[in-house]
Amino acid sequence: MRATSFCSHRISIVTGHYGTGKTEFAVNLALAMAQEGDQVMIADLDIVNPYFRSRERRALLEEAGVRLISSSQACSDADVPALPAELLTILENRGIRGVLDIGGDPVGARVLARFQPKIVQEDYQLIYVLNANRPEVRSAETAITYLRGIEATTGLTCTGIVNNTHLCGETTEEEIRKGAALAEQVSKETGIPVLCHVAEERFVSALSDLPETVFPITIKMKKPWE
Amino acid sequence: MAKELWKGNEAIAEAAIRAGCDCFFGYPITPQSEVPEYMSVHLPEHGGVFVQAESEVAAINMVYGAAGAGMRAMTSSSSPGISLKQEGITYIAGAELPAVIVNCMRGGPGLGTIQPGQGDYFQATRGGGNGDYRTLVLSPSNVQETVDFVQEAFDIADQYRNPVMIVCDGLIGQMMEPIEWREIPKRKLPPKDWAAGGRKGRDHHNVINSLYMDPEVCDEHNRHLDEKYAEIAKNEVRWEEVQCEDAEIVITAYGTPARIALTALDALRAEGIKAGLFRPITLWPYPEKALHELAAKEHVKAFLDVEMSSSGQMIDDVRLAVEGQKPISYLGHAGGVMPTVEEMIEAAKKALKEVK
Repeated sequence: MRATSFCSHRISIVTGHYGTGKTEFAVNLALAMAQEGDQVMIADLDIVNPYFRSRERRALLEEAGVRLISSSQACSDADVPALPAELLTILENRGIRGVLDIGGDPVGARVLARFQPKIVQEDYQLIYVLNANRPEVRSAETAITYLRGIEATTGLTCTGIVNNTHLCGETTEEEIRKGAALAEQVSKETGIPVLCHVAEERFVSALSDLPETVFPITIKMKKPWE
Repeated sequence: MAKELWKGNEAIAEAAIRAGCDCFFGYPITPQSEVPEYMSVHLPEHGGVFVQAESEVAAINMVYGAAGAGMRAMTSSSSPGISLKQEGITYIAGAELPAVIVNCMRGGPGLGTIQPGQGDYFQATRGGGNGDYRTLVLSPSNVQETVDFVQEAFDIADQYRNPVMIVCDGLIGQMMEPIEWREIPKRKLPPKDWAAGGRKGRDHHNVINSLYMDPEVCDEHNRHLDEKYAEIAKNEVRWEEVQCEDAEIVITAYGTPARIALTALDALRAEGIKAGLFRPITLWPYPEKALHELAAKEHVKAFLDVEMSSSGQMIDDVRLAVEGQKPISYLGHAGGVMPTVEEMIEAAKKALKEVK
């Protein structure tokens, strides 16, 4: 399994309803790409959530050779919707693989709109992360409403779905399969392919029958008692 | 029922809707803004009223008015916003109205930080506004408890005609956790025949008021309130004890630090150290008697109080309950820093070493 096989574009833009686990996926994706020898930068563009943002894992990412850029380096806990100028490095330097971690919902995706003219000139992919346990996106209908909302806000077209269905520490194989079924339905109705199913390493072998790649992760966004 | 993944703040809002909240008046402030955001979308779908007020002061006074008219009314905010609401809260308590107030606490003082804190303990339990009044204060330590307590809070408020406050720290509001929607037992509630909701054939108007100009009458009103608070103290005290049966070192903590303490307990027990957790669930009324009795047990050698507060606030209540029977040490951070599992383990060992 190579991360760059299912996320083959130079820039991966990670979006979705908030709480679906975008940051966990984005951080794991960036680390996997770095492991595969790419020069990777991850941009934390979350202007929606004040906690649990990828910037909290700066040390971990930097140790793995992933450069993190976030909205305010000096004040990483502020909730100001300021965007880092360094974001342009990802957009302009074609030698870099970029992962953009976007805040939840069309509201959070608004940060991308001003970069739309630049992004469309690049080899990018807008990824929609799904979690079938999030009440607001658990049906294909509502999940597609959010997806279209994000596309409308950003002016970008979504070309990949990621099933990241989990229940934190209570995740089971069945939960992931439930998400796979939802992802398949969303895919069928929109024509957007399912890129992968995200699963903690302990579930990977049991899910080998799924038609799409299973992307093994380890939990990086831990709570203080975990 | 299957579990769902909810963010603490949106779960608070959904729980209130399920409990029959009629009106929500709020104002955005991190880290609780998802509560009004969710309410603004979903409360009207259930026939309720959402108003984003022009300020926190306006929001709590709208709660005062709606509660006076017999509505199930609620507001939420975070620390600095809760400070602004104190005048309204004392009026609501003085006028004996039911209301639910959620404080998703952040670090202070002043504007402080948007990261989690517990520095509003004094404000919540001692009455942040003027006069002799009490609010019943519930302190959940995970998202499941939060949704259960929010639903029950409306009933408690109606039963005693008193504001009920739910204090959770920012982490509980912001984190995602699996929860299930459980049936919360309904209380037998008195009719709201005091509400100013129209004369409805009575021979008098109902008046909502906290002004008692005659000192004798005001004294009598306070005596009546005091009797009500004694009744609440008798009926509503809640706490949890974890592995206290043989504990030599007992950690006292509420909210997120209590959650962190559970991991510390496991680690301490694995090393053969008998550690337990005493977790107050109602911060007022405080489980004073239970803690006093625990302190009297021979196997308990020392207490370690842990809070997200610089030198501790709840520790005053721990001291009042323990009454000098055993030594109490303290571990805490303020300003949005959470105590770690490792720090708790170390502090517990140190506290125990000092008495052995």
